Amino acid sequence: MQLLITILLDGLTYASYLFIVSVGLTIVFGVLKILNVAHGAFYAWGAYASAYAITYASDMEYADWIGFVCIFLAAAAVGLVLGMIIERVILRHMYAQDEVLIALATFGIFLILEDVILLVFGVNPYFAYQPMALLGRIPVGGISRDVYSFTLMALACIVAFSCWWGLTRTKWGKLISVVIYDREISQAMGINVSMVYLIVFVIGAGLGALGGAYVAPTLSVAPGFGIDVIVLSFAVVVIGGMGSIPGALIGALMVGILRAVAVHKMPELELFVVFAVMAGVLIIRPEGLFAPAKARTI
Amino acid sequence: MLQILRSDKTVRWTLFGFFVLAIAGNFMPTWVQNNLMFGMARGLAVLGLMVLWRTGLISFGHALYFGIGAYAVALADKHFGVSDIFVRLILAMGAAGFVGLCLGFILRKYRSIFFAMLSLAFSMVLYGVLVKVEALGSTDGFSVSATSILGWTPESKYTLFCAIIVACATSACMVQYYLKTGLGALTTAIRDNELRVEYLGYSVAKAIHFKYIISAALAGASGAMMAMALGQVDPDSMVNWTVSGELVFITVMAGPGSVIAPFIGGVVFEFLRTYAFELAPHAWQLIVGGTLLAIIFFLPMGLWSLLERIWVRKGSSS
Repeated sequence: MQLLITILLDGLTYASYLFIVSVGLTIVFGVLKILNVAHGAFYAWGAYASAYAITYASDMEYADWIGFVCIFLAAAAVGLVLGMIIERVILRHMYAQDEVLIALATFGIFLILEDVILLVFGVNPYFAYQPMALLGRIPVGGISRDVYSFTLMALACIVAFSCWWGLTRTKWGKLISVVIYDREISQAMGINVSMVYLIVFVIGAGLGALGGAYVAPTLSVAPGFGIDVIVLSFAVVVIGGMGSIPGALIGALMVGILRAVAVHKMPELELFVVFAVMAGVLIIRPEGLFAPAKARTI
Repeated sequence: MLQILRSDKTVRWTLFGFFVLAIAGNFMPTWVQNNLMFGMARGLAVLGLMVLWRTGLISFGHALYFGIGAYAVALADKHFGVSDIFVRLILAMGAAGFVGLCLGFILRKYRSIFFAMLSLAFSMVLYGVLVKVEALGSTDGFSVSATSILGWTPESKYTLFCAIIVACATSACMVQYYLKTGLGALTTAIRDNELRVEYLGYSVAKAIHFKYIISAALAGASGAMMAMALGQVDPDSMVNWTVSGELVFITVMAGPGSVIAPFIGGVVFEFLRTYAFELAPHAWQLIVGGTLLAIIFFLPMGLWSLLERIWVRKGSSS
């Protein structure tokens, strides 16, 4: 019973952070049709920025809750600055190219950003444990667990809800679905498509950074931070269906729980399970389990 | 076959170039020799990727075959003491080719981003297994003992250098021959219009499948060469997705123009990395990534197109 609870909570925690990262990736793919390898770099940047800000705040002996403000500020700053620069300077000129070639270009951006991290933040790892220590631990079913991981789950729920609400209940959401449906027609109807692209990319980058920023306190933030995350979130996005937000949710839950089961029961299979499921889904349903229905254009 | 090869200009130039390189290698300092060796070995995998790319397919998972080749060499060495270069190469190419044959049945139906993603998934499955299983060396990998040729174990690495060059020259000529045959010529045609190719009476799936097997076997050979040249295999530098990324990067950098281009690309990449690493140890990826972007933007047909342009200009002025 205790093992079951542990597996479930570990799985959910892991799924929450995977979801936050992957939802950014899937939104960008859904709208811009870009498979963004650089997303892993946004994640790493978010983690570094928040860890740096938190350590700085605690060195200045600000109140501990400032750490949480730091996390969100860091994510927003990374999303805005990096997202804007990359979309405006590089990706904008590539939309006419082949999808896979754009993916390769984002791989180049990924390599560049990885090293700029080292140049800006140095090679030593950061430990920004303060926000996690502030919340303490509570016993759940006889096992003591961090409160912080529960706030992570709550954050994932908030992100999921705001994405759903934003896309279905606001004017901007409508505009975005129109652009997904048919880019040319929406441009002809007077929608500023290039602006929509920019905003969506910034939001996607910000979500990737938020994922990194929020898990930074639970890990040591060290070089090579984004390499594993990017393929894992690819797996999540592919399982759920590229471009689908509910798909990202289901995919993240599947990957998170499967991985937690594997870690506790058969540690050798930890990574194998995730990618075997990814390959299996691609073989059986290439569009993913919950792909949005394709719009028919003439 | 010989008739075609003898009359082909590219083949003659390839053989000549590799011959000169093999002789020049003897007089080079060790680090240059090593870099050339790594670049050539990588070029083999890139040659296979180039064949796929001409068909319009980019695989983000060829580290799978690269890794299979490298690990075939390492495992055969560890368990059976196989050190002969021919046996090693045949094992590596056989294993990679067989896996390519099996996975090809699935992959030949996929195009563009789905092809890239599914091959990525397959390669990461292998990575996941290798990293976690103790019997397969886990994250540390294995060391590979020195290579012998028909029972003779050479002392310097120059012999291996020559062996790699011979293998590269042979593969380049064979691929050149293959691209001239009917099935092999179905590259750009498939990329441009699959339906028409089908109407002409060819099976697109079979053509792609065969090219996929070729590229898998070449990547296997490339991994085996790399394992022998480095004397070491490990998952992170042989099977992780970044390796696939590097291979695709070299493919795009070299360009699809010629069968020699992949080897030039491989060598340029190796030197670029060495120099970038020396110039800025913490920023070599920055230089490599910047080069990649620059090539995608300014040289979409790769370094080969640059060489070609110089060639043509020289030809027209004289």
